[in-house]
Amino acid sequence: MTVMGMSLLDFARGPAINTAMAVFVLGVLWRLVSLLGLPRSVDRSRPKAGVPSAPMAALAGIWRHMGTPRGFGPMSMFQVFNGWIFHVGLAVIVFGFAQHMLFLKGLFGLSWPVLPTSVITLAAYVTLASLVAALVRRMTHPVLRLLSTGNDYVSWLVTVLPVVTGLLAVSHLGARYETLLALHILSIALLLVWFPFGKLMHAFLVFITRAETGMTYARRGVKT
Amino acid sequence: MPDTGQDRPTLGDSLAARGISRRSLLKYAGYLAGLMALPPMASRAMAEALAGAGRQSVIWLSFQECTGCVESLTRSFSPTIEDMIFNLISLDYSETLMAASGTAAEEARLAAMEANKGKFILVVDGSVSTRDDGIYSTNAGKTNLAVLKETAAEAAAVISVGTCAAFGGIPAARPNPTGAVPVSEIVTDKPVVNISGCPPIPDAIAGTIAYFITFGKLPELDHLNRPRAFFGDSIHDRCYRRPYYDKGLFAKSFDDEGARNGWCLYEVGCKGPVTYNACATLKWNGGVSFPIQSGHGCLGCSEPGFWDQGGFYKPLSASVMGNNAVLGGAAAAGLVAGAASVAMARRRRAAAMAAASKPGETK
Repeated sequence: MTVMGMSLLDFARGPAINTAMAVFVLGVLWRLVSLLGLPRSVDRSRPKAGVPSAPMAALAGIWRHMGTPRGFGPMSMFQVFNGWIFHVGLAVIVFGFAQHMLFLKGLFGLSWPVLPTSVITLAAYVTLASLVAALVRRMTHPVLRLLSTGNDYVSWLVTVLPVVTGLLAVSHLGARYETLLALHILSIALLLVWFPFGKLMHAFLVFITRAETGMTYARRGVKT
Repeated sequence: MPDTGQDRPTLGDSLAARGISRRSLLKYAGYLAGLMALPPMASRAMAEALAGAGRQSVIWLSFQECTGCVESLTRSFSPTIEDMIFNLISLDYSETLMAASGTAAEEARLAAMEANKGKFILVVDGSVSTRDDGIYSTNAGKTNLAVLKETAAEAAAVISVGTCAAFGGIPAARPNPTGAVPVSEIVTDKPVVNISGCPPIPDAIAGTIAYFITFGKLPELDHLNRPRAFFGDSIHDRCYRRPYYDKGLFAKSFDDEGARNGWCLYEVGCKGPVTYNACATLKWNGGVSFPIQSGHGCLGCSEPGFWDQGGFYKPLSASVMGNNAVLGGAAAAGLVAGAASVAMARRRRAAAMAAASKPGETK
């Protein structure tokens, strides 16, 4: 398969991924600088007596959002638990697979020990199942369905595609290995391009927002 | 008087004269048929056809090449039968191997073309220079480009031997000063079989020629026109070190413990996963070894553009090289865009504050 006179694989790991990385860097910096540089209003209210210091409140906010508050019910538990599964699964795949480590080493020069392919494959299947479960819940839950926008579905799709194409490439299913590898890299390119402009940007913002929430709540004396 | 092959002894006669028994020929035909995954009866058909065939006229043209491909075939381990067959085809023109030289040599080519019009096999090794009408590689005052066009016009089929002829190879590597192209870009009206490799495996050359002699047609080819029998599987899929890849056990350098234990060479740049060839099964030097068995990763020499794939010692997955200038530019653009939107937000806020602080004015 050829694109612009080069093989699909050359296209994927040449112009496609390089352009995607540039868009990613541009978009992430743009959004981070414009968000963090926004003018802030001074909170003129007096904090409640005996509240923790701002850094402690920030940490507490981050910690509190790692789980589900008591009384939220089993479906919320499922959502949080399932979220943990695919986040950890994705981390295992991205950082534990030798080929991924080598890709990152090529970019940043850092290397670390890796896991056997069988473990990664298992992690990938679990992650895939977990992502599918997340989608099913999003589409069936009456409230969540109404809250969901195209942004959620696109973010889900660009996350799941690298997992699927990666599994296909490792097991040589459906096409020649080079073609599958090229599709896998192209799916990463898609992810990188979408990342800064969609909900995937939470990877950079999640702890900032949780810290901010934690500090606001603490100042107002919310008991945790 | 040009040799048309009609009055020559058959290949079987010639083999018998050299003391090669019919049994040996059958064994060899069985070997070739097995290599090419042909049905059991095909080996007998192949032996009969080879024994009864007149010597197939072959014209071998060498262009921008290093003669490694000819060496691969002629110096294959011990005098094998592919060597014999190579001797017993009617090699009517080969600059490396023919006795004639100068005008006589060129006349031999023209005479063979005339006598076997439409029937001879044209074998080419080396890429074709096309820049400035191909003047960067000439022979007997003619450019390779002109000789190829002239000879291919009369050939039954063309076999591009080696990666240079098949895909451009090293002469076509960046910056490709001679405008080197593969044979298939010049010869577009004839079947062109690519037997790539740097050099190709001798069995692949012999097998393809034997198949053509036996069945009068070319074997099944892959999407790069390579015989599927030899180029159907990747080196990686047939590699005896594959279990180490699956276990995540990799040599990190050529002299570490992993290398001594014979672990997978992926991290030191092996291109096996994207290289299709029979090295891992047929091996080299009479089946003794192949590069990975000798402790070196596959270079990917049978694939197009193998010379420009980002370095032989870079892992396959690390061959994506972030372009620092582009990334730096993108980072700068992102920072400027962010700063601009911050400045806009601050200006709007300042304007709003100023408007709000003016007494008695409401919107």
